[in-house]
Amino acid sequence: MNRRTFFAIGVLLTLLLAGVASYYASSHPDGLEYVAGQTGFGDSAEDSATDDSPLADYQTEGVEDERLSGALAGLAGVGLVALLGGALFWTLGRRSRAEEPGTDQDDG
Amino acid sequence: MHVPEGFLDVPTSLATGAIAAAGVGLALRGARRELDDRTAPMAGLVATFVFAAQMINFPVGAGTSGHLLGGALAAVLVGPWSAVLCISVVLLVQALFMADGGITALGTNVTLMALVGAGIGWLVFAGLRRVLPRSTPSIVAAAAVAGFVSVLAAATTFTALFSLGGTLPVDPAKVLVAMVGWHTLIALGEAAITGLVVASVIGVRPDLVYGAAPVLQARELEIRLPDSQVVR
Repeated sequence: MNRRTFFAIGVLLTLLLAGVASYYASSHPDGLEYVAGQTGFGDSAEDSATDDSPLADYQTEGVEDERLSGALAGLAGVGLVALLGGALFWTLGRRSRAEEPGTDQDDG
Repeated sequence: MHVPEGFLDVPTSLATGAIAAAGVGLALRGARRELDDRTAPMAGLVATFVFAAQMINFPVGAGTSGHLLGGALAAVLVGPWSAVLCISVVLLVQALFMADGGITALGTNVTLMALVGAGIGWLVFAGLRRVLPRSTPSIVAAAAVAGFVSVLAAATTFTALFSLGGTLPVDPAKVLVAMVGWHTLIALGEAAITGLVVASVIGVRPDLVYGAAPVLQARELEIRLPDSQVVR
């Protein structure tokens, strides 16, 4: 499989997970939340400072349809991770290239 | 596994914040050795994939669910230092934008899922890779076991932090039993997903799996003679 196809499939799969499959995810509390409730420290949880974020709890503010709201929030999250991670890894990859002696120097 | 605001007291959160900052600092240096123009896009893809996969909570019975942590998976695919950065980016976006995991608990969550998750995951993987036969099935098996252990390690570490700085007086032994019990089930899911994804990538692009490099090098150096004798 060539590189381009591999990355296209990877991105498509990621978008499908965040935008479509996420709707069908279990809404039960996760292991930690459940244990917290069961053993008696669940009530110590406080609201996050970002609870009023337009994407809080993986729902998009102002979008009534639950499926669409979740899909948009998931896709926005993927976009944010791609942006932040992409910038970080690109920068680190570039720097490591420039530091290696005898390899292509980035004259940029 | 995302710790919300309030579970742990301020001194403990400050301590995990310092540990997380130091760990990410080391990872920023270490990742330069792992990343080049071939692997940098892979690291970005792994981070977005882990974010998306973490949205998929799977039921583990009795009204409880779990989701991929992804530290071991990322470590096998892109290397341990880059994996720490991948998971940290995911946790940062979740805390800042999705209100998933507290802001003051970000250091705790980075410690649990990025440092312990990817770190222990990588150590288990590398240890198993050394003792198992040099083959791609070994890589997949080692990755799956690493995923399993990484979840239990993160769950146990949370309990240790809770015993040091939990805000409510709950018996840590009770928390440990419950955490390890439920997270054993979640760890089985982690092992299955980690094994499946590593097997899929190895199947189509083994060169993009950081942890498979020694196996591939061994394969490249193999010389097959006409009478089917193999010289290494």
